[in-house]
Amino acid sequence: MTDSKYFTTTKKGEIFELKAELNSDKKEKKKEAVKKVIASMTVGKDVSALFPDVVNCMQTDNLELKKLVYLYLMNYAKSQPDMAIMAVNTFVKDCEDPNPLIRALAVRTMGCIRVDKITEYLCEPLRKCLKDEDPYVRKTAAVCVAKLHDINAQLVEDQGFLDTLKDLISDSNPMVVANAVAALSEIAESHPSSNLLDLNPQSINKLLTALNECTEWGQIFILDCLANYMPKDDREAQSICERVTPRLSHANSAVVLSAVKVLMKFMEMLSKDLDYYGTLLKKLAPPLVTLLSAEPELQYVALRNINLIVQKRPEILKHEMKVFFVKYNDPIYVKLEKLDIMIRLASQANIAQVLAELKEYATEVDVDFVRKAVRAIGRCAIKVEQSAERCVSTLLDLIQTKVNYVVQEAIVVIKDIFRKYPNKYESVIATLCENLDSLDEPEARAAMIWIVGEYAERIDNADELLESFLEGFHDESTQLQLLTAIVKLFLKKPTETQELVQQVLSLATQDSDNPDLRDRGYIYWRLLSTDPVAAKEVVLAEKPLISEETDLIEPTLLDELICYIGTLASVYHKPPSAFVEGGRGVVHKSLPPRTASSESAESPETAPTGAPPGEQPDVIPAQGDLLGDLLNLDLGPPVSGPPLATSSVQMGAVDLLGGGLDSLIGGTNFVAPPTAAVPANLGAPIGSGLSDLFDLTSGVGTLSGSYVAPKAVWLPAMKAKGLEISGTFTRQVGSISMDLQLTNKALQVMTDFAIQFNRNSFGLAPAAPLQVHAPLSPNQTVEISLPLSTVGSVMKMEPLNNLQVAVKNNIDVFYFSTLYPLHILFVEDGKMDRQMFLATWKDIPNENEAQFQIRDCPLNAEAASSKLQSSNIFTVAKRNVEGQDMLYQSLKLTNGIWVLAELRIQPGNPSCTLSLKCRAPEVSQHVYQAYETILKN
Amino acid sequence: MIGGLFIYNHKGEVLISRVYRDDIGNAVDAFRVNVIHARQQVRSPVTNIARTSFFHVKRSNIWLAAVTKQNVNAAMVFEFLYKMCDVMAAYFGKISEENIKNNFVLIYELLDEILDFGYPQNSETGALKTFITQQGIKSQTKEEQSQITSQVTGQIGWRREGIKYRRNELFLDVLESVNLLMSPQGQVLSAHVSGRVVMKSYLSGMPECKFGMNDKIVIEKQGKGTADETSKSGKQSIAIDDCTFHQCVRLSKFDSERSISFIPPDGEFELMRYRTTKDIILPFRVIPLVREVGRTKLEVKVVIKSNFKPSLLAQKIEVRIPTPLNTSGVQVICMKGKAKYKASENAIVWKIKRMAGMKESQISAEIELLPTNDKKKWARPPISMNFEVPFAPSGLKVRYLKVFEPKLNYSDHDVIKWVRYIGRSGIYETRC
Repeated sequence: MTDSKYFTTTKKGEIFELKAELNSDKKEKKKEAVKKVIASMTVGKDVSALFPDVVNCMQTDNLELKKLVYLYLMNYAKSQPDMAIMAVNTFVKDCEDPNPLIRALAVRTMGCIRVDKITEYLCEPLRKCLKDEDPYVRKTAAVCVAKLHDINAQLVEDQGFLDTLKDLISDSNPMVVANAVAALSEIAESHPSSNLLDLNPQSINKLLTALNECTEWGQIFILDCLANYMPKDDREAQSICERVTPRLSHANSAVVLSAVKVLMKFMEMLSKDLDYYGTLLKKLAPPLVTLLSAEPELQYVALRNINLIVQKRPEILKHEMKVFFVKYNDPIYVKLEKLDIMIRLASQANIAQVLAELKEYATEVDVDFVRKAVRAIGRCAIKVEQSAERCVSTLLDLIQTKVNYVVQEAIVVIKDIFRKYPNKYESVIATLCENLDSLDEPEARAAMIWIVGEYAERIDNADELLESFLEGFHDESTQLQLLTAIVKLFLKKPTETQELVQQVLSLATQDSDNPDLRDRGYIYWRLLSTDPVAAKEVVLAEKPLISEETDLIEPTLLDELICYIGTLASVYHKPPSAFVEGGRGVVHKSLPPRTASSESAESPETAPTGAPPGEQPDVIPAQGDLLGDLLNLDLGPPVSGPPLATSSVQMGAVDLLGGGLDSLIGGTNFVAPPTAAVPANLGAPIGSGLSDLFDLTSGVGTLSGSYVAPKAVWLPAMKAKGLEISGTFTRQVGSISMDLQLTNKALQVMTDFAIQFNRNSFGLAPAAPLQVHAPLSPNQTVEISLPLSTVGSVMKMEPLNNLQVAVKNNIDVFYFSTLYPLHILFVEDGKMDRQMFLATWKDIPNENEAQFQIRDCPLNAEAASSKLQSSNIFTVAKRNVEGQDMLYQSLKLTNGIWVLAELRIQPGNPSCTLSLKCRAPEVSQHVYQAYETILKN
Repeated sequence: MIGGLFIYNHKGEVLISRVYRDDIGNAVDAFRVNVIHARQQVRSPVTNIARTSFFHVKRSNIWLAAVTKQNVNAAMVFEFLYKMCDVMAAYFGKISEENIKNNFVLIYELLDEILDFGYPQNSETGALKTFITQQGIKSQTKEEQSQITSQVTGQIGWRREGIKYRRNELFLDVLESVNLLMSPQGQVLSAHVSGRVVMKSYLSGMPECKFGMNDKIVIEKQGKGTADETSKSGKQSIAIDDCTFHQCVRLSKFDSERSISFIPPDGEFELMRYRTTKDIILPFRVIPLVREVGRTKLEVKVVIKSNFKPSLLAQKIEVRIPTPLNTSGVQVICMKGKAKYKASENAIVWKIKRMAGMKESQISAEIELLPTNDKKKWARPPISMNFEVPFAPSGLKVRYLKVFEPKLNYSDHDVIKWVRYIGRSGIYETRC
């Protein structure tokens, strides 16, 4: 007789029957009945009514029956907490059983019964089991501590189980060690601040010893735990690496990936000059390649991780291109990932092979895959300049196939190729135009419209083409592109296209409900009617080239993800906080900093050929990066915007707004917004010089903005060969700018100004080049407002709001540093919903709360609130407690950090109290300073 | 860690459901609705539905899914699911709906043992079979009990003490699969061998084994002493790109001395896996010739050449030539073996039972096509090949396998050893 029959009982009144069978005297019949109950439970029937009868079967010496009853208990105890108490006695008795298997079974099951009342009874047996003579019981008890902690964390702490668990790390049995490590790691995750896993060289040594002896799973627990350790110097890092490398030959892919994680992380600390560093790099490649011969699901996990590793350290796999070639039978998810890595590894050396492969893929069946392959050809063209021509001709071949989606995808990438190599491949436009009719996807249509507008002067029938697009103007996805393209066309061929431009402007401004479209329409309209020459300069301005690497993960996120190799975060390419609920796993991990000894050898761009050291003012502590930047400065004056806002995570809401739309309105002298590879931004370049427009219409003055400090001298003339720079920071309607006043106190004319920032805590970077229109004659002063974006590279500075700046002119390069007030980073949508505020306030641990006194501030609540509001500190709620006014406020920084505040104002008392809560407590001090400045001015 | 583990049949009915953590909510149904019953093809083995992550693998038409709410080690979860399949297969054979229903009590018992609160525990079948049996638990003596627990948790968790054989015997199988992707012009785009050394050991006691092969690094290291030997064996040594080992192998020893030493599990296990890419002997070469004659006819000619010692015989040779979807008829002529057009598989399948080395054979076919309006060109999938040869295409040779059992009175000489080499085709494709 087999067990499958239990699945088929569907008679009515079966609960009754089961009840009778459960109470039968015959052991066999009892067991059969319990099996039936479990089968019903599995398929989702409610058999909780049988609780007392099943629990009655618990007292048995038949281990199989006992296990079945336990299984039932784990499922239903929660719904019947009072009844569950009946089982306690048996558990306690079983924990004393001479058979270690039964002791372990009892303690294991007891931990799974998540009923508060039971947990009290669990403590004593658990304490005994943690010190049991049998390792099997101890390893089970170790896990049980984690279970209990999940139900009642306080109880576990009070009972001192955490200390016992820590002791188990020194246990003689490797499996006990491994389970203790796993349990502690999980508990530590929910207490980020506690130093539960107090790792030190001694305990690390114990773990490394256990690593050689325990099961494959235990090795994973230990390696994952080791990855959280921060070695004190490069020596220690190396010795750990040496002991971890043998794991790279383990048959279990998870062991290999966890070992890779430890090595990738600790490698950060090793000097590149070290022989060992090179050896280690070489050792990493073969196991990563071997992972690709695993089962497809694991291949997928491995490929997602390799994608990160290739971005972090391209040198590891640069010779292994071939293994990423797609096989015909690979599952689609493997194919897509391989393709991604192929593009990342593409270089001049292997581009011929890669292109041949990509062309092959473009004829496959799966639509997504084919599209990606076509797109990849375009990316190769942008990445490897030498191959651009070949890529373009390959794309043209593909267009000839007339397969609809291939053609559309090819046109989208050709547009990007034009943006990278302008005025080079326009000969293909004719071919593209032949395929106009087949374009039915918005992205492809938008790309085509952009191309026609951009090269209108070379396309004879550009007006006809655009006119035909205009017929379908209601198709809203390409309206903005069409508007811009027609305006471009008009500026290039004004005589024939006047009617067309009027038509599109009236369509955009009168017949559309879309505010973006209307606004842009009006801007063009006014621009064209006020000053066509200026319009030409604005709309047809030269645009910076797009960068060669697209789709790169933002460096800080990449570093964080490297710390999560092997885990879900590395599969999703998102930090755990993006998909894990609650407090677990939201601790941000970061790579260890390089040790001092290796600093000098670190960056190749630290060329010693910069300015002679004597002339560098002492305000700049770290010169390395600045020197590197200086080289950039000299190379070409148009500092092409901030780095691409590429990764999807970074694009999320704030930054896109901050860098794109908002800066259109607020900035003065704004030249070019950050370029982006995203087609949605196609229209963005017309933002050029929009501010002039506002000057004309004089709408700017009325816009409110944050408090602006008076200008201070940042760079005295003595230190800068006669150039004096003073300045301040402002924030107006979402855009940050640096208002500079340059004075020439020397005797010669100054020209060729350029500015560059060092990496800083919030990624501030100039959003446009420093434009000083005319040469600055002696004793002349010029006022400039430099728009800033917050998408630059990020590096934590000390103090947090320190900004190091290099300014160049025809005489020399000068450095200075300044502190910016934090409130320029407070964004406009910083008002938190009340409920959200309450929940967040509770959620942030109390350790993160900081309290400050603001003295001599005789403001009442209303005044303070409105004053703060104008600097984007929003009052979420107000309360009056015992005569004191409590203001609950929220604000958000450009990088998405929320700060919650409670401002207590006592009428009659000139000082008020400010409590700040924030997940990144290091900003509190600066937020307080911002409060003080705003309130007092 | 893993929050729950479910097994479904092809219809999405739950066969096994084991929840380890409460936080996963009603994950059983979420997976069924969003993955099993989803309209589209599965695009990823990991899915995130409402902040809950699902990992799944499929074995025939059975779905195994692990669920979690945390940032778990994804590689570990998949490794565990594979291991789970291995363990089940070791207990009751093929993983099918019937077998799972027949053994559901056993599966629950196993899940309770190998996954505790979502942490994988010892999952070696050798150890599990000592105390999880289908016959219910036998009454054990105290010694037996402690032996079980020490084995499950011990350093050598894969082998129990006190194994005795009258005849000490071991079998070594070197199984290689050779993979090739060749361009129509005969250029090797990529080629590699992935090999496995599978050992069946029937040895008494706790034998200490040492395995040696013609690994280039080892040979060169040893060769330093005797120059003569280097020149002799140097040619035959092979460069191994990478290898991984069963957990019984002492990895630190391999890392430092490159010697492979271990105490084997009893019975069959996979000692090592390896990968080579250099100097591979490609047993067959496929030369395709496809000609489109007008819009309704296609001429295909394929030549295969065997490239190994004439004294050896390749077996189970099968060449698969894809045909367009709009094929209406096929005429085939082949000199050797049997060829058939299989409409359901859109391919001409040409089978040859045996073929000696250094021979060649040819097939030619005329394919009639139905005219279509489909603008899209036929994708021309590659021609693939299957075969089996009695040698290792990587050139790997077993040099020795020494057995030491100091406590029992048998020596290395008393052990009967068998070695066998089998090379099979992996993905062996030639584009046309």
